[in-house]
Formats: sequence, structure tokens, C-alpha cells
Amino acid sequence: MSQSSDAEAAPVYPAVNYLNADRGVWSWLSTLDHKRIALMYLVSVLFFFLIGGIFAMAIRLELLTPGPTIMSANTYNRMFTLHGVVMIFMFMIPAIPGVFGNFCLPLMLGAKDVAFPRLNLLSLYLYWTGSLLAVTAMAMGGLDTGWTFYAPYSTTTPTTVFPALLGVFILGFSSILTGLNFIVTIHTMRAPGLGWMRLQLFVWGIYATSIIQVLATPVIGLTVMLVGIERIGGFGLFDPTKGGDPVLFQHMFWFYSHPAVYIMVLPSMAVVSDAIAAFSRKNIFGYKMIAYSSLGIAFVGFFAWGHHMFVSGQSPFDNGAFAAISMLVGVFTAIKVFNWVGTLYRGAIAVTAPFVYICGFLFFIVFGGMTGIAVATVSLDVHWHDTYFVVAHFHFIMVGAVIMGFLIALHYWFPKMFGKKYNEGWGMVAASFIVLGFIATFIPQFLAGNAGMPRRYYMYPERFEALNVASTAGASLLAIGFVIVLIYLIYALVRGPIAGDNPWDSGGIEWMTTSPPPKENFHETPIIDRDPHSYQKRGEEVEHVVI
Amino acid sequence: MNDIMRTLLWLPVQASTFASKVDNLHYFVITVTMVASIATGLLAFYFFFKYRERRKAQSTPLVLPSVKFEIVVIGVPLFFFLLWFVQGFKDYVWYTSPPKNAMDVYVMGKKWMWKFAYGSQGPNAIGTLHVPEGRPVRLLMTSRDVIHSFYVPDFRIKQDLLPGRYTETWFEATKAGRYQILCAEYCGTWHSQMWGEIVVMPAQEFDNWLVEQRRGLSERVDTSTDDGDNFHGSIVEYGKKIAMSEGCVKCHSFDGEPHIGPTWLDLYQRRETLETGETIIADEAYLTDSMIDPRAKIVKGYKPVMPTYKGRLAAPEAAALVEFIKSLRSESLENVPSKEAIYEPVKRR
Repeated sequence: MSQSSDAEAAPVYPAVNYLNADRGVWSWLSTLDHKRIALMYLVSVLFFFLIGGIFAMAIRLELLTPGPTIMSANTYNRMFTLHGVVMIFMFMIPAIPGVFGNFCLPLMLGAKDVAFPRLNLLSLYLYWTGSLLAVTAMAMGGLDTGWTFYAPYSTTTPTTVFPALLGVFILGFSSILTGLNFIVTIHTMRAPGLGWMRLQLFVWGIYATSIIQVLATPVIGLTVMLVGIERIGGFGLFDPTKGGDPVLFQHMFWFYSHPAVYIMVLPSMAVVSDAIAAFSRKNIFGYKMIAYSSLGIAFVGFFAWGHHMFVSGQSPFDNGAFAAISMLVGVFTAIKVFNWVGTLYRGAIAVTAPFVYICGFLFFIVFGGMTGIAVATVSLDVHWHDTYFVVAHFHFIMVGAVIMGFLIALHYWFPKMFGKKYNEGWGMVAASFIVLGFIATFIPQFLAGNAGMPRRYYMYPERFEALNVASTAGASLLAIGFVIVLIYLIYALVRGPIAGDNPWDSGGIEWMTTSPPPKENFHETPIIDRDPHSYQKRGEEVEHVVI
Repeated sequence: MNDIMRTLLWLPVQASTFASKVDNLHYFVITVTMVASIATGLLAFYFFFKYRERRKAQSTPLVLPSVKFEIVVIGVPLFFFLLWFVQGFKDYVWYTSPPKNAMDVYVMGKKWMWKFAYGSQGPNAIGTLHVPEGRPVRLLMTSRDVIHSFYVPDFRIKQDLLPGRYTETWFEATKAGRYQILCAEYCGTWHSQMWGEIVVMPAQEFDNWLVEQRRGLSERVDTSTDDGDNFHGSIVEYGKKIAMSEGCVKCHSFDGEPHIGPTWLDLYQRRETLETGETIIADEAYLTDSMIDPRAKIVKGYKPVMPTYKGRLAAPEAAALVEFIKSLRSESLENVPSKEAIYEPVKRR
């Protein structure tokens, strides 16, 4: 269990591992191995991230001038709809649970696989089916509702709303089944000695995420089906001309979509909790506080949805109640931040690309989180609602926190997945581009929101032009950063040096087997006899510090 | 101080009584946010240098939080968040309670324009709302189609307009001048052009204006119900306005882009092949016929989905539409027939 005794020996690449145990395309498509399913998720989510990113760049180019620039109004409306739907439902929600949850969770539990391997494969196929359907429908039918599908616009627009919604519905099932699988796996498949308080924080984060996925996702399924029924059957559910209530749609939509924010961000926080311990070689400062605050966010997150509807005509009393509840979510996040920073204190921090992302992440989560508190402050939201301030705020969380988390995970577990090392120098160059590019893209959008620029604007008054030009310039830095990452990771796959089993010298259970792991994960079931994220040598006198 | 912060944050002028309330809290919240996030980032960076890994497999002490520390990290953020909540909610309740003496104006939003009516005492208007300086104005708002949102950045006010329901908001303008109204809730193709204007006049000037408008109303003999009563643009501009308000743009583009119906760009005098195989020239007669009986002559490749505008368009409106279509000429000299619709329209009952 010591992490360093064999560090001097030359790293070895295991001759037989999960990547080469079976061969042929069919062995991949029909695999029940959680690690192979994870890799197929990785390729898929990266593909959708790429096309979602191309849509984003198209939007930024269009907004370079106040008038029409490179596309028509209808094309622009389709473009931001595609960007939102692809990024949220096909990249952000499945990214960390689908890829790193699938890959690492059984390893971190010392298990051979997830509890229901066939169900796991079904989730992947549902993900592919739903994505294909939604993207095809949007591309062929010019869906122009935005990812929020607000009624009665979505029930009356002449575009293909229904097939796209069916795609979202199927994607929801993929998400529910994955969540269910993880919950059962964590409850039943922990290795001997691995009690709940010895789980790595990544596992706690994925557990909290899975609970939200299972409980909240059925509501979006129900909501999109009701829109479909209204469109096809003509029942008046949301359209007032038929006797429906458009605000009812918003309540149902946000009842899912607010918790969905935590479906996206909790896994990212989970990655950071694990990685920050590994890269500072420290025990987690306030383990229980981080673990329980994830559950706290999952719980309180269910009751904050109304803060998306402060100017929708909701009663002032409701607005006050939702605002007060939203403040609590902020406190849970603040607890995590204090504990992460506390973990760095008196650590032994390795200078690596993931650590650059961690520093960026800490700044983004505080700024993004506190601007979330700002927009949950009712009177301030009256001015900011539906402006670029809100766009910038959620991109700080979605890009600044979630994508940073995804990149940290990708770099941290890359040697675990492929047994290869990437180039650390290029890694830090790309990380700097991404962190700075991100700041340059979204800080101007906060200011554009202050100045009063509404979101989803194809053309805008000239006074917003300077800020939009700045934002587009920042977005190109961001794009350059991502391209560098793609290049050096592909190079590392092909030509990278052999990593060895535990190149980071990490204390995680997933590193106790070979990298890449064998098909059955562990040659013998590990027995866990120590606390998580523990970097003290056995028998060594440990200095205890209480602050 | 106020002006420095306002400029730094790119905030527009403060032209209502609500604006300074919003901005004062805004400055407080954003300053704390900036300080906290930059401090966190810098602290992480400082630890990054101070506690660098000195040797391989270095041991680290076991650092644990004390109860006192935990109380502080929960208490400090909670204190600030609750403080902001209380102040924000207090201001919000003030903002949602219009004074009793407020002047009522009815607002209707529809794709993609704003309409205003001063009740029994005054005129109707499209796009421009005249209000007095220093007197509260209450807006009673509804929408005719989808959700819109009435947003005046200079007043810091915003309220959604819902079809089939009334919502209200109010403001008291503090400075005479012109202020932009923007639609903030996505409402389709020209959402980004659904703009209007509030003209704030000194109170006395406003009263005179209202009297003048009322006199104008009683003198007016034209009783047609169309929106053109007080439209003062050219006939082409008027046609464009009707194309927007009657929903023509939902299916016909102005810029050559394929959509559900044929584009209007270069439509006038275009040679079109019909479903029946017959060829026609899109002249004034054909364009007018197509508004009144749209399913009689369908261009090849399109579905017969257009509703009739018989009885919905007055004669001058139809003429204005035709003039507007005639004005849509591209640079090219070619006259190409319409291509097929790019996607199927959705079936309606």
C-alpha cells in the first residue's frame, strides 16, 4: 500500500489489459466492461463537445458586428438552440459520470464492474439513439426554441419540436439508468474494509449526482411528453389559446433543469476533491464536510427552481422563498471551497497541468457561484434576468467549473486509462490558454449584461459592440487551447512514454491496480484498511495540525 | 463614487426611482464577489508556490479543521448571503407595489412589436410610449401570442408578458429623455429587433401632449381598425410593419433564405411554376390573390398551409404589403424560381 517503494523501477506497460484483452469492433460494441463503455462515452462526448464548440464559435462570429454578419436571423436562432441542446444534454450531463464515473467508480470501490453491466451498455445505446434523433431532428427541421423549449413558443413554432423532444426524452432514460446503476454499485459492491467514511470523495460526488439523476430526470421526461401531446393531440396544457398555462411549463421545466445544474457541476466538484488531494499529497481538509455538502446541494437543489422565474409573473412571496433557499446552496458550495483551499495548506504540491486547471477552477467556482447568489437576489435579478449577465454566470459554472473538472479528470486519469503520459509542458501551455481565454470570453459578457444586452439576440444596439468583439477574441484563445489539448493527447496515445501503474504517486484505490487495468480490474480483490486520500507512510510519526 | 462604479460596470444611466436602489446593492454584492474570488484564486496560487513538492514521496502533516473554523466558514458566507437576500427582497417588494396614484397604461406585446393604450383618456401607440417625468406609471401588460418580456435597462425594470393573463410593473422616470425598450424573452425570428422607446417628457409638456392627442382622436373620421392610424412612415415601411404584425415573416423570409413559404426577396415579377405545372408571373394581382385565397395557386414544392387573410387585411394594408414585397430587390439581375421548402410545416388541426 505504500506509494513509493517501487517508484525507482522503470515503468512497465501491462502486456494484457482491458484494451487488448478482446479484439475487433464487435468486442467493443457488445462489451459489458465498464472501462470500455467509458472509452466509448469519451469518444462520443468529445465528438459532441467539438460540434457544440463549432456552434459556439459560429455564434461568436455572428455577434462580431451589431447587424447581420455571417448568417440569417433564423439560422442564428437554430445555432444557439443547437449549441445549448448539444452541450447540455449530449456533453455536459453525460461527460463526467459517463466517462470517469464509469471508468473509475468500480475501480475506486475495488469492484470488478458496476452492479448491472448490461444496463450500463443499454445506457450507452440509449445515449447514442437519443443524441442521433435529437441532432437529426434539429438539423433537418430547424428547431429554433432555444434549449429551454419555453411554451407557448415551443408548442406553436412550425419547426420539428417533437422529434427533438423525443431525443431529449430518450437521453433522459440513459441518464436515469446510469444513475440507478451507480447507486446500486456504491451500496452493494464496496471492497472488504471500505466503509462509507472511507469512500473517496469522487465516489461521494457521483453518489449525490446519481440521486438527482434518478429523482429529477423523470420530470423532464414528463414535461417534454406533455409538450409533444399538446402539439400532436391539440390538448391545451401550456398554450393559453387552448386553455393551458405557459407558466406551468416553466415550473416543470426548471424543477428538472435547476437540479440538472448540479447533475453537471457535482461530478466536477467530485473530480476536484480527488485531484486536489492527489496533487498536493495531502489528506482532504474536512472530508466529512465535503461529502455531506454534496448531499446537501443535491437535496436543497430541488427546492430552488423558482429563482429562474422572478419576472415570470410568479408571486412576490414565492420569489422571496425561492431566493432564500437559493442562498443555502451557495453556503454548501462555499464550504467546499474553503476545504479545497485548506487542503492545499502545508501540502506538497506537484507542478502539473491539472493543477493549473485547479487554480482556475477555484477562481471560477467562487466568481461563478457568487454571481449566482447575485442573480438570486431578487431585486438585482429584475435587471439581470435574461441578459448576458446570466449567460456569463452560467458559463462560468458550466465552462469554468464543469469543463475545468472534465479537463482535470482527463489529465489525471489519462495514464490510468491508457497507460501513457502526455507532455506536461504543452499541458501547461494549453491550460494557460484555456484559463485566460475563458476569462477574456466571459468577463465582457458580464459587462454586456450590466449594460442591458438581452440574451438570444441576433442583432444588438451598437453600444454593445466593443464588449462583443472582446468576447469573440477571448473565445478564439479558448478554441486554440482546446486544439492544443487535442493534439498532444492524441500524440501521447500514439507515441507517449509509458506511464507506469501510479505515475502521480496517488493514494486513490483506482491506482492500486495496473495502468491500464486488466479486464477484471484487480488481480486480487483489494482489502481497504486506511482512510481515503491518506498520504502518510505506514508507521511514520504524523504531525497533527488543527486550525 | 456612484458614477465611478457605474462606469466601471458599464451600467446605463439611472433614469428611474428604482435604478439607484438596484445599483447600490449591485455595487456591494459585486465588490464582495470580486474580492472573494480573486482572494481565493491568489491564495491557491500562493500555496502553489509556498508548498511546492520539495522531494519525491514527501510526507505531509494531517491538517484538520477545528469546530471554530467550521463555524466561521459556514457563518461568514451565510451572513453575507442573508444580508443581500433581505435588502434585495425589501427593494423587490417596493418594486412590486405600485403607488395608488399611478397612471395606468395598457401594454400589449406581439411578434415583434409593442402596443400601448392609455385607457379611456388617451390615444393608442405602436412602439413609442410617452410618459411624464416624476409621476408613477403603472403598466398592465399582456401578450397576443408567445411570452415577451418588457425590459428598460435605463430604468432597471423587466417583466414578462404572458398570453391570456395580465402582469403589471411600474416605474417613475426621473429624467426627461428617450429610453430604449428591449424584448428580453426569446420570441422567434425577430426577437432581437423587438425594440421600442419610452419618451419621458416634463409633466406639463406631457399634459399638453395628451390634450393634443385627445383632440386629434375626436377629429379623426377614419374608423378602420388597423394599426396604421398613427403611422407616419412610407408605404413600404408600413408594409413591413404589417408583415411583422400579421405574422407573414413566420413563413416568408425577406432575405432569400428558404423557409416554409417562398422568400419575398426578388419575388415581384418572378416566374414561378405552380403545383399544377402552370407557370405564372408574380405580379401585383397574383400577390394580392395569394393573400385572399392562398391555396388557389400554390408554387411547386410548397405545402398549402397559408391561412387566408380575407377580412383580416384592409385594402390599404394589402397594397402596402405588395409595395413592400416590390421593394425587396437583391443586387443580382437574375430571376430564379423558388426552390422547394426546406422542411415540412407542422400539421395543425
